[in-house]
Amino acid sequence: MSIVTLKLSGLEPLIVTSESNFVNVGERTNVTGSRKFLRLIKEGDFEEALSVARDQVEGGAQIIDINMDEGMIDGKESMVKFLNLIASEPDISRVPVMIDSSKWEIIEAGLQCVQGKGVVNSISLKEGEDIFIEQAKKIKRYGAAVIVMAFDEDGQADSYERRIEICERSYRILVDVVGFAKEDIIFDPNIFPVATGMEEHNDNALDFFRATKWIKENLPGAHVSGGVSNVSFSFRGNNVVREAMHAAFLYHGIQHGMDMGIVNPSMLEVYDDVDKELLQYVEDVLLNRRSDATERLLEYAETVKGEGKVRVVDLSWRENNVNERLKHALVKGITDYIEEDVEESRLQHDRPIEVIEGPLMDGMNVVGDLFGSGKMFLPQVVKSARVMKKAVAYLLPYIEEEKDGVSSSAGKILLATVKGDVHDIGKNIVGVVLGCNNYEVIDMGVMVPHERIIDEAIKQEVDVIGLSGLITPSLDEMVTVAKEMERANLNIPLLIGGATTSRVHTAVKIEEHYTRDQTIHVLDASRSVTVVEQLLGSKKQDFVANLKDDYKKLREHHEKHRQAKPLLSYEAACANSLKIDFNEDEIVRPEQLGIHTVTPSTDDLIPYIDWTPFFRTWELHGKYPDILNDNVVGVEATKLFADAKKMLAQIGSEHWLEHRGVVGLFPASAIGDDIEIYDPEDPDRLVGIQHTIRQQGKKAASVPNIALADFIAPKTTGIQDYIGAFVVTSGIGIEKKIKQFEAEHDDYHSILLKALADRLAEAFAEYLHERVRKEFWGYSKKEHLNNDDLIKEKYVGIRPAPGYPACPDHTEKITLFKLLDAEKRTGVSLTESLAMYPTASVSGWYFANPSSKYFGVGKIDMDQVKSLADRKNLNVDEMAKWLSPNIN
Amino acid sequence: MKDIKSELEKRILVLDGAMGTMIQRYKLEEEDFRKGWFEEHHHPLQGNNDLLSLTRPDVIREIHAAYFEAGADIAETNTFSGTSIAQADYGLEKYVYDINYHSAKIAREVADEFTSKDQSKPRFVAGSIGPTNRTASISPDVNDPGFRAITFQELVDAYKEQVNGLLDGGVDLLLVETVFDTLNAKAALFAIDEILEERGLKIPVMVSGTITDQSGRTLTGQTTEAFLISVSHMDLLSVGLNCALGASMMRPYLQVLDKKSSFAVSAHPNAGLPNEFGEYDETPEMMAEQIKSFLDEGLVNIIGGCCGTTPDHIKAITELTKEYSPRKIAVL
Repeated sequence: MSIVTLKLSGLEPLIVTSESNFVNVGERTNVTGSRKFLRLIKEGDFEEALSVARDQVEGGAQIIDINMDEGMIDGKESMVKFLNLIASEPDISRVPVMIDSSKWEIIEAGLQCVQGKGVVNSISLKEGEDIFIEQAKKIKRYGAAVIVMAFDEDGQADSYERRIEICERSYRILVDVVGFAKEDIIFDPNIFPVATGMEEHNDNALDFFRATKWIKENLPGAHVSGGVSNVSFSFRGNNVVREAMHAAFLYHGIQHGMDMGIVNPSMLEVYDDVDKELLQYVEDVLLNRRSDATERLLEYAETVKGEGKVRVVDLSWRENNVNERLKHALVKGITDYIEEDVEESRLQHDRPIEVIEGPLMDGMNVVGDLFGSGKMFLPQVVKSARVMKKAVAYLLPYIEEEKDGVSSSAGKILLATVKGDVHDIGKNIVGVVLGCNNYEVIDMGVMVPHERIIDEAIKQEVDVIGLSGLITPSLDEMVTVAKEMERANLNIPLLIGGATTSRVHTAVKIEEHYTRDQTIHVLDASRSVTVVEQLLGSKKQDFVANLKDDYKKLREHHEKHRQAKPLLSYEAACANSLKIDFNEDEIVRPEQLGIHTVTPSTDDLIPYIDWTPFFRTWELHGKYPDILNDNVVGVEATKLFADAKKMLAQIGSEHWLEHRGVVGLFPASAIGDDIEIYDPEDPDRLVGIQHTIRQQGKKAASVPNIALADFIAPKTTGIQDYIGAFVVTSGIGIEKKIKQFEAEHDDYHSILLKALADRLAEAFAEYLHERVRKEFWGYSKKEHLNNDDLIKEKYVGIRPAPGYPACPDHTEKITLFKLLDAEKRTGVSLTESLAMYPTASVSGWYFANPSSKYFGVGKIDMDQVKSLADRKNLNVDEMAKWLSPNIN
Repeated sequence: MKDIKSELEKRILVLDGAMGTMIQRYKLEEEDFRKGWFEEHHHPLQGNNDLLSLTRPDVIREIHAAYFEAGADIAETNTFSGTSIAQADYGLEKYVYDINYHSAKIAREVADEFTSKDQSKPRFVAGSIGPTNRTASISPDVNDPGFRAITFQELVDAYKEQVNGLLDGGVDLLLVETVFDTLNAKAALFAIDEILEERGLKIPVMVSGTITDQSGRTLTGQTTEAFLISVSHMDLLSVGLNCALGASMMRPYLQVLDKKSSFAVSAHPNAGLPNEFGEYDETPEMMAEQIKSFLDEGLVNIIGGCCGTTPDHIKAITELTKEYSPRKIAVL
């Protein structure tokens, strides 16, 4: 057989010959496979998304697979934007790209962006020969290679015979009809799971190998690729076995001629390093060598899995000396014996304080080191802190008896959630982490006005002030605190943290107002320790100098960027609104107009919980449920999940939390960018006006500048339309429980409860939205979606929340609350910055029009701010203050 | 008409030299660019050389004849900027078809005259397809690297219009040249492929890239080999290099093409690098001396000149090629 080479190119060539090594395709720039990448794309953080691509190339990926198939994002636009950005990054674009989509329009848009020769992933005979031929012809004309799935009109090939039948048929069409270059054809003959317990799956791997071999022998020039991790699907949770299976699969795959594959390098063991016994069982399964192969592997898998997990409670550590026992208890987060161990240690020391300074601090240092080096994760650290607090609480009376409790802390840190804001989970976590590293933390709680922060800082002689906040108005409040610190002549560093804060905001808006010491943005709790160490250490000057330099660059970059982005005038943006063809027959009149309260039980809400953000709160990153089997954080995530489930059961059975919600459905009409809302009883009586904000960014041709008002039929059409509004909370009763945990020095359960309440509130919003679609409004009665679909927002209609990207104006919450008389009906109140309290609350609008979709308003200009101020009867400065994060 | 492929097997073919350098010698004025066609046009037109095929066809005819006289086998049509994208600067998008049709027709007539004089040396006309003044894979705005001033589809549409004019005017082959952004070239090839399918036609296509400097890469960053791979999906007559570099500097990249390309290899270098006045001052002898090393190594099948070259240069090159046999086109 002659040597046939597949030649691809980015900025540099990639030549695949039968002699070359297996080609690794990087899989992380794929929104369906990487939660992180999806989040970055969704948030429009393309810079960070590019670094995901860069890391892969640096890590050895020879091709990068790019996939933007996700309901929540505009796949075509994201594909084009990402490919365009890659084009100006030579360290990424040096390798060829694999344009991966199940949608032809995305593939074609991608093909129009790459100057090199890439690979299309994928096409197949699924929809018949005509479409297959048409797509293949285009791909050829665009100059790309193609992956062909073993899929035809009758479905996916699941046997050796079907695989070769479909591949041969595809090949003949490509070569004879389309004139496709043989070497540019890559088959994906379907890697399916083995050892599933179903006999018909026993040959899945073997069929793939045989088909691969057949393809290489009978379809000259063609290559073979596949997604490897599928094969071990039934061993999810057992990475030892999975890695062995991947290694063995690839080994045999390559032997049979597989020359390319989408592989997760972190889930790959070296073939020679696989335990020989395990390898034998794995290969028995892959090659279907014996009828009991599956049982034998399963049996063996249990023993591998059982390692370290079988012994339920190992008390051997109790046999060590007391210092070792204290360290063990701290590192493992065990409170069961802490008081007796501390007492024993106290009796061995002259003074009680020495117990803290000696064995306890030693233990916490180990925790700090393990956390710093990524060997411990946040939930564990919080548990360690709980042990420490209990120990200190036990010693406190003895220390006070001595009357000279001299603290030996590494520094005093004041933490506060700023005025108007009530969100504190992140701040509490930072407090715990700093506490674990021997800092004395003064936590002032939430809604703390700047004068109290400054007074306390002076009184306590603190070394660092840390501010936290979640909602956008808190950004302004932080600026105020910085200004006031300057006025008060403070000389202490200022830390900025919280979900809406950012390095750019800190650099551009805060730093310059506080010149007497350094202001620093801290991305997450795990960074707080290093930042504080640097600030209080001997090398502070260098650290600050570098930081100032970074921030200066950020400001310059921001300035340039800002100037480079002219917006449309508000008038022009209005003219380019989304024009929906409203039709009387298609607008569904709500079945239950008016206001209704709902009080579901915790059990009603549990099925609607989206767990992924819960893990993120604990700085455990990954998509649920995969995160439970994650190589790095899987074990901790599983423990945390078990604790969460346990607490959820208690929340339900012991009625810790009460869930209250209110929903209102009203007649409505759009007038310009306002939505007039009318009394359901008397549709001529105006009961509220929602003022919506319109995108002003320049759009590509035929892309509209959207405002929420576009989703409601304009009054001028004479068509009666409707709108909904809701407020839900899962935070009623939480105070009492939190106080109880705090009294027990149990940060872990306190943070856990807050995080769960937040999840329940979000679940409540999901639950209520579904009931609105099916029941209260009833426009989507036949909908049948599972929780995953809900998380992916596959439902018809939207529920945008004031303060979020589609309606960033927090002051609209006032209208919404008034409309529903929400405070009275749910117990949720609004703070002066318009944060909702309790924090575990969600509010928003309902739009039912099938054309309505989530979008971000983005930057707007003062012309629109003026218009809004006019319409809302506010002064322009006030309006601008509320919208400042969005003003260009 | 003879088949260019069979000619390529027999000898090294010579492409003509610069059009712009020759036009400069005529010291043309604004009125020359308007004559008979654009007398009342609102925008100054001097320097829009492609228009001369309409307004001063005599000049273009003379230049083609001078190159054929010097020994060129292939003339390039005067259509380097003959797309609606490039002509938009002058407000002449509507005349794109005319420019291409008439440019092709002039070159065709001159070529046929010379062929009829000497049947053993058939002359060919290559429709010149330039890169346009927009790039599909670079943003013109440094602050917004994701932005594009032109889309692939817009390029395809513009190129189709140009190609239709060239084909109707009677070209023998098409030359996608001075490729500094491979994505632009791919759009041109896409347009050509579509038109050839629509017309049920086969016509040889040459592609010639531009390596901008000694980094050995195109403006958009591709190595010579990556560029070759990126345009190899079409069954091309040749892939080569032109412009930006003088002959000696082009040599290492021609060596890459010679080794990797299963198509013929072409080269039309500049007459050296421009001097401080922007003039090219390599003499025909100097240039021929450098090109001799290409031929000694057997690197090329088609050779000609780009910026700064004249009929004298082409004459020197033609003389040189007579002593050599063409590069062997390997089936890789």
